[in-house]
Amino acid sequence: MATSATAHAHAAPQGFIRRYIFSLDHKVIGLQYFFLALTAVFVGMFLSLLMRIHLVWPLANLPIVGEIKPEQYLALLTMHGTIMVFFVLTTAPQGGFGNYFLPIQIGAPDMAFPVLNMMSFWTTFVGFVVIIAAFFVSGGAPLHGWTGYPPLSAIQQAGPGEGLGADLWITSIAIFCLASLMGALNFLTTTLDMRAKGMTMMRMPLTVWSWFITAILGLLAFGVLLSAGILLLMDRNLGTSFYVPLVVVNGQIMQHKGGSPLLWQHLFWFFGHPEVYIAILPGMGVTSQILSTFSRKPIFGYKAMVYAMLSIGFFGFMVWGHHMFMSGMSPYSAFAFSLLTMCIGVPSAIKTFNWLGTMYKARIRFQTPMLYAIGFVSLFVSGGLSGPFLAQPVLDIQLHDTYFVVGHFHLIMGVAAIFGMFAATYYWFPKMFGRMMNETWGRVHFFITLIGTYAIFMPMHYLGIAGGTRRYSQYTEVAYLTRLMPLHRFMTFAAIITIAAQFIFVINLFWSMFKGPKASDNPWEATTLEWTTATPPPHDNFGGVTPVVHNGPYEYGVPGAARDYVMQTDPPVGGGH
Amino acid sequence: MGLALLVVIWLITLASTYFFVAKTWWLPLGASAATGFIDGQFTLTLVIMGVVFLAAQLSLGYLAWRYREQPSSPAVDYSHGNMKLEVMWTVLTTILFIGLNLMGSSVWASQRFEGAGPGAVRVEVTGMQFAWYFRYPGPDGQYGATSPKLMDPSAGGEAAVGLNTSDPAAKDDVVTGTMYLPVNREVDLSLRSVDVIHSFFVPNLRFKQDAVPGLNIHMHFTPTAVGEYEIACAELCGLGHYKMHGMVHVVSQEDFDKWMMAREAEKQ
Repeated sequence: MATSATAHAHAAPQGFIRRYIFSLDHKVIGLQYFFLALTAVFVGMFLSLLMRIHLVWPLANLPIVGEIKPEQYLALLTMHGTIMVFFVLTTAPQGGFGNYFLPIQIGAPDMAFPVLNMMSFWTTFVGFVVIIAAFFVSGGAPLHGWTGYPPLSAIQQAGPGEGLGADLWITSIAIFCLASLMGALNFLTTTLDMRAKGMTMMRMPLTVWSWFITAILGLLAFGVLLSAGILLLMDRNLGTSFYVPLVVVNGQIMQHKGGSPLLWQHLFWFFGHPEVYIAILPGMGVTSQILSTFSRKPIFGYKAMVYAMLSIGFFGFMVWGHHMFMSGMSPYSAFAFSLLTMCIGVPSAIKTFNWLGTMYKARIRFQTPMLYAIGFVSLFVSGGLSGPFLAQPVLDIQLHDTYFVVGHFHLIMGVAAIFGMFAATYYWFPKMFGRMMNETWGRVHFFITLIGTYAIFMPMHYLGIAGGTRRYSQYTEVAYLTRLMPLHRFMTFAAIITIAAQFIFVINLFWSMFKGPKASDNPWEATTLEWTTATPPPHDNFGGVTPVVHNGPYEYGVPGAARDYVMQTDPPVGGGH
Repeated sequence: MGLALLVVIWLITLASTYFFVAKTWWLPLGASAATGFIDGQFTLTLVIMGVVFLAAQLSLGYLAWRYREQPSSPAVDYSHGNMKLEVMWTVLTTILFIGLNLMGSSVWASQRFEGAGPGAVRVEVTGMQFAWYFRYPGPDGQYGATSPKLMDPSAGGEAAVGLNTSDPAAKDDVVTGTMYLPVNREVDLSLRSVDVIHSFFVPNLRFKQDAVPGLNIHMHFTPTAVGEYEIACAELCGLGHYKMHGMVHVVSQEDFDKWMMAREAEKQ
């Protein structure tokens, strides 16, 4: 493995453009992904702020954007979902942190295919530009939601934004799929071929496992979405009828017949459900890493954690139908999808037990990364436990397409995943930028964000139970919905405060980048390979040295050891892996 | 910091739980035969998940506080896990989740595996941007033919669903914008959409089903209480999704017959 690693080494580039723009260095590419996702998350968050304001004050005349019309609300909703899912939840954890730290954590000098890595970033970037362009074309952004169900998404006449805006939307997703496929290949090859001597699979940090499994999911899922997207583009522009039967829109007969709207739903969710795990698995990895480090204790049940992630990935491909219980799909298949969905709850529960087990009889240090890791566990539990409601078709009769679903997936794949990213940012910032972030502001940011996100998303469950339908631009036209407005008002106030608090994070991030106290090579006294090298790491990661691994990734509190942690490159300790 | 975490996590947990237990916002009043089953399964799931929620969150807060690093803290428990415990909680969770699922499945089967029984009231529901239309086959028990060519949404009523008035079976078809149903009789619903996907959601009747263009989906339910219930579209269907609203009037059989006769009379 060490020989194949040297074969991939390349000289440090000269000149600004080769070093920072079209760089082949996985660390620079990781940072590019990170800053792209940071831009995207602020765009997505701003869109959600407009949505929250519109829901409570539908006639408000806002600065710059003016009064938001119902179709514009739906465009905000579509773009919020698409940008967040693709350009934040998929981009930052995998493309950003994965790119930066996977090679270092396995002791490799770079990714297996540096040029492919650069291409996958720039392809993602083009995808982002294309989706943002949808705001500025005539008709504006599409209104069909991030799930884009045809015929609504396939027919121009079906609504404003369904013209060029919708074409750009689906084109952007197709471009993103290509980028993700390239990225996934690179992650898989690197993990399998480029591990340092002694870095057996069962000595890989759980972060590496999570990126590895995420890459497998990405490779299998994005190809399907890409194909589905191309078929949708053909239905929209070439007169095919994959997804559209004979329909009459506004009294006009459309030139389609014989297509199946449910075909799109099957293809979309065959991607869409694994996508949930693509978003959350890296968060699980980094939470495990941080909980063990700051508990000063080995992770509880390392093997169980690996098998749990593998089975989550495996089952993740067999449960897509649980998004379709009310779609007109056969009620018999609902039975199977429901049972398999319940099965996926089991490995998720195992992970939670093991995280709690890690904290038991520990010596917990509460720096900001740890706060966010604990916050992740709390949100993962809260978001996860509404899963078994929605997994039962009989309860979906009441809960499907209500805010109960919105609360569920925001807690688990939105906010929990974001907490994973915050944890990762506070944890790896010293290694990436050579300085420490401010602890006090980190804590303030954490507590406001934790309380704030619960205040936004927990009431959504109550709203959904009471029948509060989602994707409604106003709650003014249905009598029972108008009675639920107090909940909406509360959530909007919570959202405004929570969004404001995110500026604490951004200021802390950029201020610390230039003014933070200098970081040592191993400020958290952690064990994995990135902490054995210089801060920030040199171009080839280890300064010409090839690390040799002797220990498992989480050897904390080893009895008889000189320090309370034994690094992976230290002389072997008896136990462990 | 450990104490702050404990307090915040516990407070969030207890506040969240309070509103579920107090039922401040709750399932709307049920008025169909499925209410008991669905609400029962919901409550059962809520109790089980609630217990797990409380146990997990309260332990998380407690562990954070109890094992915070202090000068007096003992050495950590150097352990890589416990296979017996892993197996135990895997088996327990599996039994719990699968068991819960199987309990709900029989209800699902009763709702969806079989069609309506004989003697059910037949109603065809048609969704279009952004209205619902309801068609009754009339005394002949047969729906007349419809045609996409005849559809004129701006005209409303029969023209909106494209009823072919020259078809003899269409002569006695009644098309309305409000749904009338007799109480305590099963309804044999036939769901269609002419343009995009809509979803026919009546929270009080514990009923939801997508209306999909190209499909004619048969469903059944039985309203059990006289009253007026709101229909809300539950599938994003375009800019007017939020106002795609309708009403179901559940009335006595006598009133239903009277209403139907009046509609038939109007047609003559």
